Formats: sequence, structure tokens, C-alpha cells
Amino acid sequence: MSNVASETMHHDEHEHHEQSFISKYIFSMDHKMISKQFLITGLIMGLIGMTMSVLFRMQLAWPDKSFPIFDTLFGRWSTDGHINPDFYMALVTMHGTIMVFFVLTAGLSGTFSNLLIPYQVGCRDMASPFLNMLSYWFFFASSVILMSSLFVQTGPASGGWTVYPPLSALPKAMPGSGLGMTLWLVSMIFFIGSSLLGGINYVVTILNMRTHGLTMTRLPLTMWAFFFTAVLGILSFPVLLSGSLLLVFDRSFGTSFYLSEIFIDGHALTNAGGSPILWQHLFWFLGHPEVYIIILPALGITSEVVATNSRKPIFGYKAMIGSIMGIAGVSFFVWGHHMFVTGMNPLFGSVFMFITFLVAIPSAVKTFNYLATMWRGNIRFTPAMLFGVGLVSLFVTGGLTGIFLGNAALDIPLHDSYFVVAHFHIVMGSSAIFGLLCGVYHWFPRMYGRMMNPQLGYLHFWLSLIGVYMVFFPMHFMGLGGVPRRYYAFTAWDQFAIWNDMNEFITIGAIIGSFAQLIFLYNFVSSIFFGKKSVQNPWGSNTLEWTAPVEQIHGNWPGEVPKVYRWPYDYSRPDAVEDFVPQNVPDDVVPVEWAGDPHGAASAHNEVSSSDAKSESVVHFSWFKKLGMRLGVL
Amino acid sequence: MSHEAESKLPTKFWGGGRSPFNLEYGKLMMWIFLLSDAFTFSGLLIAYGSTRYSFPAAENHASIPFGSHIEMEELHQYFTPSTPGAELAPGVQPHWPSPELVFNHFPFLHGHHLPLLFVSLMTFILIFSSVTMVLAVEAGHRNDRKTVAKFMYWTIAGGIAFLSCQAWEWTQFITAGANLKDNPFGPVAFADLFFIVTGFHGFHVLSGVVLNIVITSNVLKGTYEKRGHYDMVEKVGLYWHFVDLVWVFVFTFYYLI
Repeated sequence: MSNVASETMHHDEHEHHEQSFISKYIFSMDHKMISKQFLITGLIMGLIGMTMSVLFRMQLAWPDKSFPIFDTLFGRWSTDGHINPDFYMALVTMHGTIMVFFVLTAGLSGTFSNLLIPYQVGCRDMASPFLNMLSYWFFFASSVILMSSLFVQTGPASGGWTVYPPLSALPKAMPGSGLGMTLWLVSMIFFIGSSLLGGINYVVTILNMRTHGLTMTRLPLTMWAFFFTAVLGILSFPVLLSGSLLLVFDRSFGTSFYLSEIFIDGHALTNAGGSPILWQHLFWFLGHPEVYIIILPALGITSEVVATNSRKPIFGYKAMIGSIMGIAGVSFFVWGHHMFVTGMNPLFGSVFMFITFLVAIPSAVKTFNYLATMWRGNIRFTPAMLFGVGLVSLFVTGGLTGIFLGNAALDIPLHDSYFVVAHFHIVMGSSAIFGLLCGVYHWFPRMYGRMMNPQLGYLHFWLSLIGVYMVFFPMHFMGLGGVPRRYYAFTAWDQFAIWNDMNEFITIGAIIGSFAQLIFLYNFVSSIFFGKKSVQNPWGSNTLEWTAPVEQIHGNWPGEVPKVYRWPYDYSRPDAVEDFVPQNVPDDVVPVEWAGDPHGAASAHNEVSSSDAKSESVVHFSWFKKLGMRLGVL
Repeated sequence: MSHEAESKLPTKFWGGGRSPFNLEYGKLMMWIFLLSDAFTFSGLLIAYGSTRYSFPAAENHASIPFGSHIEMEELHQYFTPSTPGAELAPGVQPHWPSPELVFNHFPFLHGHHLPLLFVSLMTFILIFSSVTMVLAVEAGHRNDRKTVAKFMYWTIAGGIAFLSCQAWEWTQFITAGANLKDNPFGPVAFADLFFIVTGFHGFHVLSGVVLNIVITSNVLKGTYEKRGHYDMVEKVGLYWHFVDLVWVFVFTFYYLI
């Protein structure tokens, strides 16, 4: 098909032309710049979300103490150094929304999908750079709209990040149900647009734009993870869109999709015939895939980092792909486990329960594969590797409590308690944050051409890990003790007095953990400007992004895009000189008489490469050899 | 590297270096967008289903001969209006009205019982515009600019005709007293969902008409002739067929069942 050829060709026609500041840094269509934009916006949102959590934790831990800083920061939302209860709820809601959507969805998947997809599939840029740019600017608009709700008179949305009706559907239900809630919905509609534009691009780029020789089963696991993340987003966000549309009509145009027989102050509203449970179904049909949208990229990043830094092929490559597919597929049939207490038919509940337990299988496969990859590997504990290992630890800890909560009989008493808070903060909150940080440490040289300071990285890691476990581990016991979530204070109940010390302990943990993130931010910003200059392939990695020059150029590679001859996990091959063989090294350059790798062996003798490709690769290879010497320093 | 060597690289479609579906990326993007949009409509239709079946179905109504003369007042016995002021008799549960009693009008034939005749005409128009779209795409494969433009005109005309019919039907429904807060035919949710679901679909048709107009103007300017292929026509064609397909579901679920 000539059409196909012409369409793929036009990406190869790249040339250097001077760009204005605006087209280079603001409305950039270059995937590398867009990924930096996503990362930095995500980090700023993360900083805001984290600060909120520390502030409301302080209020929760010391309800009797007066903190003048609250008055300074929140003005009339605070009285005598105490956050007002309404605003406390708003902070909790905003913290959840920011972290789930803006940091861990856009900040994580947006950053690394944009950075890595074109690099690792070996193409010049995304399929549609223009839609990619729009994706970022939709996200930016959405962030600005959400943040602006902090400044409206009635305050931001405060009905929890799941915005259940009737609180979200009746503008007069409470202060946060007013304009703040409307802005939340508008922001979310922009966010869905961003996610859709990005997701379509990611899927099409991975399917359509792979370089020669890059079969689907030679893709790095990061690509598989981002691919299914994008698929999940494409299929689940639209359902939130329809749900939000109905909610907008309920709020603003007097319909009753989610409302029925409501009394406010003894007066009956005219709404009839709707059901608040409908929102929960529509929301959680997005909401559950959403948590996998958050964790899958983190797992993909970890797969890559763990294999690279263990200097071993990833254990069970195809099982890893299968488990990503399994998690993605199952995620669409488990949303009901968030709704066990809605009075659903027990048969229905049992089905959701059973399918929920199935998630444990692919999750366990992934965990065991990480452990087996590290087993007897030549492990290098770079900061990225530590965060990868930290992710595995958190994923196991949080995953185990998932088995508790997936069981309806246990979920009903534990619902809306701190046990749930502990579970999801560990398994998808902290663990995905660890994945994000792991990715930043690992690909920072790729993004900025400089290295981050590893010493500060180690400090950051240990303080974060300690912080996370200090904060969330005790919450399990509070939850089992019946402490409910989303409460402003527990001073009115004597039976919760025993948890006062624990609450203070948790808040101190939160402050330690947050302090660690400030170290990271310092390290991040100062390394951009003053970090040690990076070499081309600082980690001795096999994937294609490290075959591109350190300084980022339009079109990623000077000359031809690399061709791929092998899978990305040829680490420590006994027959090779180096302990890694990049994907673009032809087989006749490295001897391949090694039965250990089915991919290399199967394709070894079928492949013929002409002499010029060979010499080109030899040059590359000696390049890597020099770089390998530097690895000793690390 | 010579082309000969390239062709010996391991796999064909999925081996990289070319599109696995032999599609250029824009068409694949359109497919994936449509998949996503299908989920948006599914969300609305599921909301419709769950709301509808929370009400009892309409009582068996007397069979009214097709085309017979009938006034709205005579049909009132079959409805449980939720308009404020129209109190239900004690013990009567609001029930979901039968769409064929609600939508039984036809322009210039007022007062006759013509259940779903008008909406069938709308459906026919929309499906017919899909046929003309197929013919436009086919002409595009032959690089026949004039024929592409001709059938694009017909498609646009079909789209506009559909939207006009929808406007008439909305007007009919609204003048009967239905809006987002009242519904003389039954639960207010019936009217709410009617406006949302057909409105959202109508918005898609409108966007499709706008896209078709843009593409047709490019066809006339000869943009695609210069480009050597009419892929853009094919892409809006995909969108147009999708909008048509969605209508089939809306029609089935809202009017027929």
C-alpha cells in the first residue's frame, strides 16, 4: 500500500530548524519536551497534594493544638489555628483527586509514555505529535481549573474523590457541593479529553510505528505496560464521561438521574426516580481500571529497572506480558467490590468477589518474576533499583490486604475504615509513587542529559520507605479497631482515644516522608542544571532509548532509526564480551550459540544483515564498551 | 541496508517497520477513538437501562388501529404523568410509558395514531446517508473527485435531514409538555433520558455533518487529489457509520423495546 508507506515516511523527513521559544518549550510537539511538561506539572501537583496531606494530618493528630500556619495559609477556612471541618473535607477530597488523577495518572503514565514510547519502539515521534501536544494542554487546563476551585467562595469539592451523589448532585448540600464541585467536574472532563488523546496516540504508536525487527514480543515490558494502561484509559474514562455528563445535568438542569426522594431540612425535593447507586456503578467502572492505570506503568518501569540493574534477563518475559494482560482484562469486571455495602444481590457480590480474587494470580506472577529476576543477579543498587525493590515490597504488603478487602464478608465491616485507607495507599498510592520515582531516577539522564545525585537518592529512598510504612502500616490496626475514614476529629468518642498516640505517630511519619520528597525535589531541580554530565548509556541498558545521543535532537536519532535484532533482556550472556547486548546489535556481531535465550537462538540464523549495517553496529558496540568502563564507578 | 535484507527480517506485519493492519496511523486512531466513544454511549445506555427497569412496565394497552384518529387526551389513561399538579390516583405506581404511544405523530398528519413511523423515517434517512458515504469512499478509492463530492453532498444532506427530523420530534415532545423536570407521559426520567441520549447522539451527528462539510470542501479544493488518496474521506466515513450504528442501538433500546 503506497498510502501506508507515504504516511510512515513523512516522520523520517526531519531536519533541524530553529524553533522559537514558544514552539520549543511551550506548545511543543516533541514527545521529549511534552514528557518533561507532564513530569514537571505532575511533580508540582504532587507537591501540592502532599502538602495538603501533611496539613490535614497535623489537624487530625493534634486536634487541640493551635497551628498559626493554618490561619496564614487558609485564611477564613481556619479559625484560631484549626482547619474548619468543611475545609478539612475539601483538603481530603482534593488530596485524593490530585494524587489519583493528576500525579499518578497524568504525571506517571503521561511522562513515561511520552518519553519512552517513541524511543523504545524506535520512531521519530508519536503518531500524532499535534494530538500529543493537545493532550498535555488539556491536562494543564484541567489542573488549572481544579486548582482554581481552591479560590472560590464556597471552597473546593469536599465530598471525597469519588464524588458520590447526593452530596455532589445537590449544589446546596454543603459548601463544597457548590461551584467547587462544578469546577471539579469541568476539570475532570478536560482530564478525560487529555487521557483519551494521549491514550489513542500511545496505542497507535506502539502498534504502528515499531522499527524494523521490533516484533511485539521483543518490546520492552515498559511498552507492554504502557500499552495496556492506554487501553484501560481509552475504555474506562469514557464511562466516567457519561457519568459526569449526567451529574452535570443533575446539578445544573434539574434532572434526577442520581436523586430520589431527598429531604433537606425537612423539605422534600422534587427529585424522583433516580438512583445514587447508578453513579457508583459508572464511577467505579472507571475507578477500578483507574487503579491499574496507575499501577501498570509503575510495574512496567520496575520490570525494566530490575532487569537492567540485576544484569539478568527478566524472569518469565511472556508470563509478565500475560500477567499485564490478565490484570488489564480482569480490571473491567471487579468494580463491584467497591460497592459491597450498597445492598447488592449477594450472588452478584460473590461473582465480583471471585473475579477480584483472580487479580491475585497475575499480581503474584509479577512479584515472583521480580524476585526470580533478582535471584543471584549481579545487582547494582542504584537509587532507581532501590525504588523498584521498594515498589515490590509495597506491592506485596498492600496486595495482601487486598485479599482481605476483596472478600465481601470482611469488606462489609472494614468498609470506609482506616484499613481501606492503608490498603490502597500502600498498594497503589505509595507503590505507584515509588514506580514514578524509580522511573525518574532511571531515565533522568535520558531526559536531561545529566545524572541525579545518588547519595541524595539513597537518603530519599530510605526516608520515603520508612515514612510510608510509618504512616500506613499502623492504619491497618486502626481500621481493624473500627476507626472510620474521612472524619475530622475523633475527640467525641472515648473508644477512639487509644488511637491518639498512633495518630500522632502517623503524622510524624507523614512529615518525615514528605521531607524526603523535598530532598528529591532539590536533587531533581539542581541536577537539571548542575548534575554530572551523563554518558550515552549510563546504566548499560539494552533498550533503544540509550542508543540515541545524549543531547536530545528532533527526530531522536541522527540518520536512520536503529533496527532491532533481539529482545531487550540480553543481559550477562556468557558468550558476549559485555554483560549486555543492546537490541540494535546484529547477531553476527555477537556470537549467539547460546541455548539459554529462545528469542536470540530462534532468530539467529534467519537474519542476514548487510555489511554496512554490521560496521555501523560495531561502532556502536565499541561505544558501549567504553561506557561499560564507566559503570564501575557506579 | 538493502531492501532485500530488510524483507528477510523475521516477521511480516507484526515485525515492525510497517503497520500490522496495513493501515496508516490516522485510520487506526479513528478506530480506537470510536471504540472509546462506544463506551461513552454504553455508559449512557446502561444508565438508561438501569433507570428504566426500576419502573414497572406500561400496563397492557388497548390495541389502537394503525392510522386511526386519536387525540392526546384519549391516550392519557395509559400514562402516569409526573408533571407537578397532575396527581396520580391513590395506589397508582408511576410506570414507564410505551414509546409507541408517546411518539405516534407525523408531520401534517396530526391526530392520527402512527406509532414510530416518524422515527423509522429518521432511521431510514440516517442509514441511507451511510450508504451514500460508502459510495463516496468507494469513489475515493478510484480517485474520482467528482463522484466523491456528489456522494458527500448526499451524505451531508442526509445528516442535515436527520437533524431536522430530530428537531421536529423534540419540538413535538416539548410542546406536549415534556422537559427536564416534567413529563406528561410518565416518570420524568423518561424525558430526561430521551433528551440526554438522543441529544448526545444528535451532537455526534452535528459534529459529523461539520466534519463532512470540512472534508467535502477539501475534496472540492482538490487537496486529496494532490495527496493521491482519499483516506480522510474514509476516516470521516468510519465516524459517520459509527454514528449510524449508535443510532441503531438508541432506536432499538429507546423506541422498540
